[in-house]
Amino acid sequence: MASAHSIPSIEERFEFTSGAKRNLLIGGGVGVALILLGAYLAANGGGGHEVAAHGAEQAAAAVGHGAAEHGAAAGHEAAAGHEGASWVKRIWVNLWVNSVYFTGLAVIGMFFISYNYLAQAGWSAVFKRVPEALPAFLPFTGIVMLLTFFFGGHELFHWTHEGLYEVGGPEYDPIIAGKRGFLNTPFFVFRLVFYFVVWYGLWRVIRNLSLQEDEIGGTEFYEKSIRFGTAFLVVFGVTSSTSAWDFVMSIDTHWFSTMFGWYTLASWHVAGLAVITLTIVMLRERGYLRAVNSSHLRDLGKFVFAFSIFWTYVWFAQFLLIYYANLPEETIYYLERFRGHGGFFKVPFFITLFLNFFFPFLVLMTRDAKFTHSILKVACWSVIIGHYMDFYTNIMPGTLGASAGFGPLEWGFFLLFICAFGYSIASQLEKANLIPRNHPMLEESLHHDIA
Amino acid sequence: MAEISGKYLVGVYDDDDTVLHAVPKLRKAGVKIKEVYSPFPIHGLDEALGHPRTRIGIAAFMFGVTGCCVALTLMIWTMGIDWPMIVGGKDPISIPNYIPITFELTVLFTAFGMVTTFFISNGLGPGTHFHPRFDVRSTDNKFVMAIELGRNSMTEDEISRALRDSGAEEVNVKQF
Repeated sequence: MASAHSIPSIEERFEFTSGAKRNLLIGGGVGVALILLGAYLAANGGGGHEVAAHGAEQAAAAVGHGAAEHGAAAGHEAAAGHEGASWVKRIWVNLWVNSVYFTGLAVIGMFFISYNYLAQAGWSAVFKRVPEALPAFLPFTGIVMLLTFFFGGHELFHWTHEGLYEVGGPEYDPIIAGKRGFLNTPFFVFRLVFYFVVWYGLWRVIRNLSLQEDEIGGTEFYEKSIRFGTAFLVVFGVTSSTSAWDFVMSIDTHWFSTMFGWYTLASWHVAGLAVITLTIVMLRERGYLRAVNSSHLRDLGKFVFAFSIFWTYVWFAQFLLIYYANLPEETIYYLERFRGHGGFFKVPFFITLFLNFFFPFLVLMTRDAKFTHSILKVACWSVIIGHYMDFYTNIMPGTLGASAGFGPLEWGFFLLFICAFGYSIASQLEKANLIPRNHPMLEESLHHDIA
Repeated sequence: MAEISGKYLVGVYDDDDTVLHAVPKLRKAGVKIKEVYSPFPIHGLDEALGHPRTRIGIAAFMFGVTGCCVALTLMIWTMGIDWPMIVGGKDPISIPNYIPITFELTVLFTAFGMVTTFFISNGLGPGTHFHPRFDVRSTDNKFVMAIELGRNSMTEDEISRALRDSGAEEVNVKQF
């Protein structure tokens, strides 16, 4: 009932206060301190869980030829003398986990505004600045990923080892050699750069259109944005899958899953929605975005709720097929997470399911929970941390394996990234009126009411 | 639906906006409105009428939990306990195998349960023959407001005048 609500002013500027800046910088500083502490502990043999004991266990637990291959790969790595610098490797892997995850969170902002443009959705116009602020973080994660790949790629990606491709050589691997057309360094770097240039470039275009619209008005910018948004969706339809293969799936080079692109997109998407919702709730708590009413919040809550179920659905679709078919080269992926490396990954594996499915499912189920700030915040944090754990369980076993840990190093990197992301979002929000005042759908959005 | 017998005053409106604004006006004047019938849903009418919120969601949850339990019990009992069977090399009781059917039965029970609940609580469905109509035009182009005289302390004339003041083009009397 629109007439019952009074619409607050649509003229409001977000102020990135020095207090907020200081808190984020302190958070980042604590992150760096934790990283240093973690690196020190790891370099001195602490931090990670026991390496030597589980190496033997892992070899003993070889199941089927897939595991045998894996054991061989691990043996070859040990022989190459990587063990001495395992803490350096752990830093590279942590950088990779976080930059992949936060790349996803950032690009989902663009994904969200694009499909809202394509659907000509009205309801989301009022808080459009929030998803619009996320992709500004892309250059940062892109550069981190590029540097990580250049300096740590050899330790992260098994397929970068030249010996694998020498026919008749001691390390020759026909399976990986067969994937060389796709998994080779020049093409990989090209794709990596391509993703970031296209994603970020299209975002700049839409962002500029949106800022111009704010000043000038009219529907011309809106119509242009629909076209660019659609172009992004076409690009993202392909690159979301290929980037998931590149960034995550190619770590377990032998293994593949046709669900993986969807699975990663679902993971990124729900986590991105949680970031958007959480940002809106936090802005509202600070007195901004009063024009966002309980119907908007409920729809956002439904979005997080629905897509956490969607993620679970895709996760389970991937798991069940592999579980049922029971092919050794596929089950190795889950066996490694269940029993491999001394069962270390079993805990994060189940934490992922709990934080991403059971908790948000039960907490967000009722109607009122979806617009209650405190419940939304708890659910969103659960999803954000849960999907970090998701990427952790996807990336760690294939890279660090038995020398993986969950200590100050992991906490520090996550904290550093999340503070930097928050800083980036807040500085973007500051750049424009918090409500897109000339958006053609704004009037509809202000009266959004789902009773 | 609850008892419908009694004497009613039926206000007929021509416009959805008029009826939407008439509701709070009449309630403020002390008229207790039984229900408003409209050819299409009117945004905000439920809140204006002050109807209590539907509890069908709670019912849905209960049906869902029932379906979930039935599915798991059925499969664990038949496949794992009564006549243990190994399918596809899995344990007789292997939860991942059971999840798709558990999901299906949860949804099935929820859907059927909700429809049944809705029908019963509204007196609809097969075997029910009494469908009171205050004014058949409420399925066409008119918006019809029903006011039960027995539940109102105001007189018939007062209510009738209030209805006309709020924009009703006709006020009829209906007895069930």
